Amino acid sequence: MKIRNPKELEKLCNKLLANKDPQKPCITICASSGCVALGSNRLVDVLVKELKERGLEKNIDVKETGCHGFCEGGPLLIIYPEEICYLRVSEKDIPNIVAKTVLNHEIIERLLYKDPVTGKTIAKQSEIPFFKKQERLIIGNNARIDPSSLEDYISTGGYSALAKVLSQMSPDEVIGEIKLSGLRGRGGGGFPTGVKWESTRKAEGEPKYVICNADEGDPGAYMDRSVLEGNPHSVLEGMIIGAYAIGSNAGYIYLRDEYPLAVTRFTLAIEKARETGLLGKNILGSGFSFDVTISRGGGAFVCGESSALFASIEGRAGEPRAKYVHATDKGLFDKPTNLNNVETWANVPLIINKGAEWYRTIGTEKSKGTKIFSLVGKINNTGLVEVPMGISLREIIFDIGGGIPKGRKFKAVQTGGPSGGCLPEEFLDKPVDFDELVELGSMMGSGGMIIMDDRTCMVDVARYFLMFLEEESCGKCTPCREGILQMREILDRITQGLGEESDLETLEQMSQAITDGALCALGSTAPNPVMSTIRFFRDEYEAHIRDKRCPAGSCKDLISYSINQATCTGCGACLRACGTNAITGEKKKPHRIDPEKCIKCGACIETCKFNAVEVS
Amino acid sequence: MKKKLKEIIKKYGSNRSFLVPILQDIQREYDYLPREALNMLSQLIDVPISHIYTVATFYKSFSLSPRGRHQLSLCMGTACHVRKAPQIRDHLVRTLQIEPGETTPDLEYSFNTVNCLGVCALGPILVADGEYHGQLTITKVDKILKELGKKGRTLKKVAANEN
Repeated sequence: MKIRNPKELEKLCNKLLANKDPQKPCITICASSGCVALGSNRLVDVLVKELKERGLEKNIDVKETGCHGFCEGGPLLIIYPEEICYLRVSEKDIPNIVAKTVLNHEIIERLLYKDPVTGKTIAKQSEIPFFKKQERLIIGNNARIDPSSLEDYISTGGYSALAKVLSQMSPDEVIGEIKLSGLRGRGGGGFPTGVKWESTRKAEGEPKYVICNADEGDPGAYMDRSVLEGNPHSVLEGMIIGAYAIGSNAGYIYLRDEYPLAVTRFTLAIEKARETGLLGKNILGSGFSFDVTISRGGGAFVCGESSALFASIEGRAGEPRAKYVHATDKGLFDKPTNLNNVETWANVPLIINKGAEWYRTIGTEKSKGTKIFSLVGKINNTGLVEVPMGISLREIIFDIGGGIPKGRKFKAVQTGGPSGGCLPEEFLDKPVDFDELVELGSMMGSGGMIIMDDRTCMVDVARYFLMFLEEESCGKCTPCREGILQMREILDRITQGLGEESDLETLEQMSQAITDGALCALGSTAPNPVMSTIRFFRDEYEAHIRDKRCPAGSCKDLISYSINQATCTGCGACLRACGTNAITGEKKKPHRIDPEKCIKCGACIETCKFNAVEVS
Repeated sequence: MKKKLKEIIKKYGSNRSFLVPILQDIQREYDYLPREALNMLSQLIDVPISHIYTVATFYKSFSLSPRGRHQLSLCMGTACHVRKAPQIRDHLVRTLQIEPGETTPDLEYSFNTVNCLGVCALGPILVADGEYHGQLTITKVDKILKELGKKGRTLKKVAANEN
């Protein structure tokens, strides 16, 4: 099937909508990496089989969709049109769901979301507090469409923005619209997208390249994966529009090899778009041609940096270069190149369809639109949340995220990945946008938000990021290669109880040197996690250095395990779990841990049902 | 081997800018990058062997030595880290008696750590032979190893006694 012009696309969309009966029951199951890890693939098979056995396969649609964001409750199953949302569904539940809910409209309470405070259950997905406060412009469609179906995307108005651009707008008008919308790069930099497009358009040299940066390397961030897995065509449509505006006929998507499902889904999206004439030569009969090649990353964090990314696509080791000349002038193969992140591209069709003026009404003065954050770590509702810029950290963490598990105390939120920082409780009411977070000493980054409670050691977190960056440093420039290693060794000593008073000053001096001297952003921002933790959690560093104590009870060399003799029931579970035979005791009598043999692996804490193992 | 390599190269054209995907395909075929294959590739696409090695050693996903029958990748992303992934790593190191990035001498297990698989909500995460296991505990890891054909706990006890 070829779609030859915008009219045919519109016709197809109308036809698809006319054939769709909104009252026909449809069961969707989330099939993104998270839910697949929890077995959602098998759920689909069992459901299809169950419906077939009951002769219902024609009356009820089954759809595998992308990520809904509520990963904590996965695997997710939703029954339309009622929008009943079942959480943590297992294969055993399927016959029951079909018999009770699908056939008899009876709701299974056990599978519903239960409010942890009031204990009330909620059946409708959009009424669950986690979803209520969100504004899901980008990931909202994930839950409704089958990512492997082009028709599904078209039926939600997909590619209509492309049709509009090709038939009614000049490239300059498109750039004007994006500039007016105030869209800024979602990969972390926050550079105005329209300005970047304009520079690339005006740059001398042919061909020009358009690239999608899908090398989502920030640990703790996975919004790009979810968008690519759940709605690949939205990213592709954004890229084609961008290419038209910039005047490019060749594009790349640099996609991490660690995301196999995203690679599969995006490959399929490209093939289908090509088949139908939405990608390739003479798109929608406009005379404009553009095609996209997938370049799979090799597992190097630094390749998310623009010049390293270009080197990698060119078949070289991903080492950055000094950026005296901008990529918009000389990027990939030394030609003008426009690089934008996945989420940025996904925003483009939305802006074209609804208009820049509408887009400007969402967000803060200098940060427009929504941002997807991944809320992970010590938080009740882990998952992806999409919120308007300017929302407070407290609303994200407590209203949407549901607060800290097990009633523990919030300590810090880490934003911006290894280039960002840790923000303490006092900043919880600050609005979240590009500039505000920088002012507070962190950054937005690609949108990872790692929540930490009072059991997380901030010195250990800083050390963790240095270890990460030490491993990921490409080794080209000395400040990064050697500096990070030296800083990590100092933190090693501090967490082992061997820190000295002068260490903090040394760390601060080295941070400055690395920031000033490193070649690329990976190096120059590497000290940020250390700097921000020293700034906001200096007392924790001092406790490690002066008192040889880890207040969070996390640093192995500064803690010891013991069994509370009053609460231990002598069940023997810890004794069996202990790998080093450090635990002794008779049955039904309190056990003891031999500190000489104990390697503090945590196996006993994990198995004890009575919380009798204590860390001090 | 030559025939296989030619097939892979044909897919991309003998353009050096496709070196990374070509190497990825070779690794998918042989499960590592055999020296023989790299030498052959150098001649076939006319790229110096030194350049091929630069690329093959730079990217973490390439292995220059044969890998084990079972592959274990433990996620060490931030979200997994604060949920005790380091304890799981230490446990795997003790149980398998290899460091991350190594393969057991009997070529049964390869164990490596990765920096974020993007399944943060379920951390800590272990991928065993392509299958994702979330919300790991030490007990769960032992079960996974057992299922893969090795008695995790027995092995652990042996290791402990040897110490």
